[in-house]
Amino acid sequence: MVAQTISRMTVSSQIERTFRQEHGRVLAALISQLGDFELAEDALQDALVNALESWEIDGVPRNPGAWLLTAARRRAIDRIRRAATFESKAEMIASLSYEEEPDMDDSIPDDRLKLMFTCCHPALALEAQVALTLHTLGGLSTHEVARAFLVAEPTMAQRLARARKKIREAGIPYSVPPADLLPERLGALLAVIYLIFNEGYVATSGDTPIRGELCGEAIRLCRVLVQLMPAQGSAEARGLLALMLLHDSRREARLTQAGELILLEEQDRTRWDHAKIHEGITILDEALTLYDPGPYQVQAAISALHAEATRPESTDWRQITALYDRLASMTPSMVVEVNRAVAVAMARGVSEGLQMLLQLGSPAEGFYPYHAARADLLRRTGQHEAAADAYRRALELCGNRAERAYLQRRLDESEHLVD
Amino acid sequence: MKYLLLMYADPSIGSKYSEEELQAQADAWNAYMQDAKAAGVLLSNGGLDPTGTPTTVRIRDGKTLTTDGPFAETHEQVGGYSLLDCKDLDEAIRWAEKIPTAKYGSVEICPLWSPKQ
Repeated sequence: MVAQTISRMTVSSQIERTFRQEHGRVLAALISQLGDFELAEDALQDALVNALESWEIDGVPRNPGAWLLTAARRRAIDRIRRAATFESKAEMIASLSYEEEPDMDDSIPDDRLKLMFTCCHPALALEAQVALTLHTLGGLSTHEVARAFLVAEPTMAQRLARARKKIREAGIPYSVPPADLLPERLGALLAVIYLIFNEGYVATSGDTPIRGELCGEAIRLCRVLVQLMPAQGSAEARGLLALMLLHDSRREARLTQAGELILLEEQDRTRWDHAKIHEGITILDEALTLYDPGPYQVQAAISALHAEATRPESTDWRQITALYDRLASMTPSMVVEVNRAVAVAMARGVSEGLQMLLQLGSPAEGFYPYHAARADLLRRTGQHEAAADAYRRALELCGNRAERAYLQRRLDESEHLVD
Repeated sequence: MKYLLLMYADPSIGSKYSEEELQAQADAWNAYMQDAKAAGVLLSNGGLDPTGTPTTVRIRDGKTLTTDGPFAETHEQVGGYSLLDCKDLDEAIRWAEKIPTAKYGSVEICPLWSPKQ
């Protein structure tokens, strides 16, 4: 009895894992065959129900993807028959029935790239792009996507339904964009993947395990993207993959047990995931050989320089400064300016960095990383009273729990030193 | 698929341009229409009377209410339209990019509803 329960649990977790793994690929192939996004999704849902029933008894088949694709195609035919007059859909059914019994060993054509570009089409709202990508390609249920983004399940269901409807009604193409559109569309796709990653990375509230899974999901999506894209034009996709792997390598070391943020300088570097670091650096090197630089590659290179330093003191801050100069010319932003000033402080001296920071002036006033960086540099020069003021200002503006805990500790220390 | 492209702009925008700029815009319009016709996507095209003469009709409780002015009072007004037949939304976006209004106003792409899908 116990053995049976255990084996059933193993099978169902195996089924769940298989569903996740196969979902994107089967759905992408199914949309190609049916030419209908909504029908494909509904038919795949039906097939997953069938699979759950039959696999629990017979076990997971050798080629679960082909099994699901065949079952989903049958369910699609059922749905078409039920939904419409036979004549109007006879042709469609005929074309689908033709291949009703494919060889189970057939490899499924990989159309996930098309699906990615459709889900991240700029005519969809960004939040819909993110939800749709996780749901269709990541195989996350509506419930899981809702939990990951801290919205109610009916709201998420509505968001997904609206996006699917727009894809059909507005004629959003199911294809990889042509060469002239590709750079722009790829940029949008990478932004969605990075947003998913960051949503998991900075999460300190809500359902932490599911949100942590978002990092792994973003990395998986980016791997598929890199694998399916021609090398030409893929440098930034590779750069993003490297960047996420390098960030993710520090995930275990960046928070205390109590959930306080630990800055790079104070992290226990033996807790970094060195396999991920190695992989990230290898992928970055591959990207750089394509001679198509971009902001993700530059950020990955900065992250790699931190990862390569065995001790904080051996960090190559001069090179990091040069990379921030490069990044500022590619994508100027306040966050880049603040980080650049900190790098200058570490490379050439705190007072020079502090000077740069103060020159950012009033546009930086409402931006908490500016005050946090200013506070840290003031602390390093022993100006504890001014540092305490800056920590207080940063705390007023910062909403992230882990960062707040860090800032509060530093504020307490500075106040103690003033007394 | 059929798409109705609506061009929105501030009606007073014309007075802000020089003769040369207005001529360049007129040339861009002609280029757009010629290209769209040659590609066989342009079904219909037109500009709205710029002097602000729309009339709005509503029927409530069986009574026709006719009022002067557009339905929505906004800063930008519909100045013209194109009805296009395109393969998909990406093709419609490309045509919208060629419409001069996109540079100083905006172009709204509305897919036409087709009940048989």
